[in-house]
Amino acid sequence: MTVLDVDIRGRAGSFEIETAFQAGAGVTALFGPSGAGKSTLLKMIAGTARPQSGRIIAGGRTLFNSATSTNLPPEKRGIGFVFQDARLFPHLSVRKNLTYARWAGRRRASRAFDEVVSLLGLDDRLDAAPTTLSGGERQRVAIGRALLADPALLLMDEPLSSLDKARRSEILPYLETIRTEAGIPILYVSHETSEVARLADTVVLIENGRVTDSGPTAAILARLGLAAGSDPAEAGVILEGHVTNVDSAYHTAVIALGDDRIELTGNGFAPGMTVRLRVLAGDVAIANAPHDGLSIRNQLAATVDEIRRDGAYAMVALTLGGQRLLARITAKSSDQLALHPGEHVYALLKAVSVEMARLEPLSS
Amino acid sequence: MGETELSIILLSAKVAFTAILCALVPAFAVAWLLARREFAGKSIVQALVTLPLVLPPVVTGYGLLILFGSKGTLGQLFENLFGISFAFRWTGAALAAGVMAFPLLVRPIRLSLEAMDRGLGEAARTLGASRLTVFFTVTLPLALPGIIAGAVLGFAKALGEFGATITFVSNIPGETQTLSLAIYALLQSPSGDAAALRLIAIAVALALAAIVASEYLARKLTAGARA
Repeated sequence: MTVLDVDIRGRAGSFEIETAFQAGAGVTALFGPSGAGKSTLLKMIAGTARPQSGRIIAGGRTLFNSATSTNLPPEKRGIGFVFQDARLFPHLSVRKNLTYARWAGRRRASRAFDEVVSLLGLDDRLDAAPTTLSGGERQRVAIGRALLADPALLLMDEPLSSLDKARRSEILPYLETIRTEAGIPILYVSHETSEVARLADTVVLIENGRVTDSGPTAAILARLGLAAGSDPAEAGVILEGHVTNVDSAYHTAVIALGDDRIELTGNGFAPGMTVRLRVLAGDVAIANAPHDGLSIRNQLAATVDEIRRDGAYAMVALTLGGQRLLARITAKSSDQLALHPGEHVYALLKAVSVEMARLEPLSS
Repeated sequence: MGETELSIILLSAKVAFTAILCALVPAFAVAWLLARREFAGKSIVQALVTLPLVLPPVVTGYGLLILFGSKGTLGQLFENLFGISFAFRWTGAALAAGVMAFPLLVRPIRLSLEAMDRGLGEAARTLGASRLTVFFTVTLPLALPGIIAGAVLGFAKALGEFGATITFVSNIPGETQTLSLAIYALLQSPSGDAAALRLIAIAVALALAAIVASEYLARKLTAGARA
């Protein structure tokens, strides 16, 4: 089901935006380098910036249409916005910030106040002044405030970029909860591969104001990893699987990916849980035969798909159990192993180097 | 404190309060225009607003006499439209005080509007607030410290205004003789020193009280809005 249908032209600073894309349920990431026009695009959807022409339809309502001179003001659009810099009202308490849409915007939230507050872990900060909150808390209040405005669509403009690494990992689980429990479609702007990998169901790639590619997250990120000019350190893939066993003594969990099993470290996982793994290409090694006596716990049978040489390195695309894996090895290793497409190899994966996130199946 | 002193203080308070109350809304509007809008002639508006601060008060007073005197164009307009005359009346003293205090009102309000994060308004709009609601729930409360600072500064100026007032509406006991004018008049007479000193003490006390009250008010209002 299409929730958002955008087809607009406009200006963002020095360049033209000419963008058409659609977004459905779940999280759609607008992904691309800084200054690609992603934030301006969000402003146009929210109604705080005006496109030159085109149309924006959200939840079946026309928000903007240059052909019929329709241009709803932001307050009539029913679109939530979480800004990079939280933008809490400094003269109001956390509680009054959270309820702003109710007392100032006359919106009736379908979600209970208490429910949103506990979802975001804000119970004991309600009477605090925004200036006394940490960066992470501020961003949580901003998210709660937007949710309580009962939006048909939630826009998030790099909500984690103003936070340090520790704060980011504090917020990410909340975003994951929102994504699965709030049931609101989210348009998420980011230039961080790791955020997109963890949160997005669909990725729309934006460069210089234009859509260059779009599709399911795993497919787009795998394609990106192979693309020339992308940052090889960020290249990686998304794998989805479910937990089969948990070893609480060693804090490890076994994940089934089709017929393959991989063992990873992590707490808080239970059998049956669906998880999403992000495996960076730099963390995958290749062997042409299984080896004993290694500290590396995962050796997965795979088939070589494609090899892209890049100076001293080679990016190897592998297929295992229907999913894609990227391995970044040296060109020299690639030659010594005589890797070629169609060859059967073993992908070696260290248990400690995989980012794992809980993923409840989306109710679609 | 004698009866004359009391009536002088009450008159001064009436003049200063009227001046500030009437000047506050136009001062906010001008401050908002200067802080938030770009328009042709902005620098001229800015110069006009600052003018009473740098012009000799006698000149401002004379200008008011020409414009708002009983034969002045604006004076006749007000007389015909609202039945308000300014010439040699306390209303004229209030007008002179308001004009002299105007730049002092505008400046802090303008600064507070400029310091405000414009993104807050955008955020409020996405939460369902109309422009008008944003003004009353975000812009105005956040500008409040600036408004209070301006009002106190302006009130002090209005209370002490001398040059423009005496030029425009003269020094009429019971009508236009405010605190400063009364002190001046007493100092002109050989036996007025003691009485002048009493008025001077009162002027100092009033100024101090105004400052303390504004501090208290500002703190109370910012705390109250948050609860």
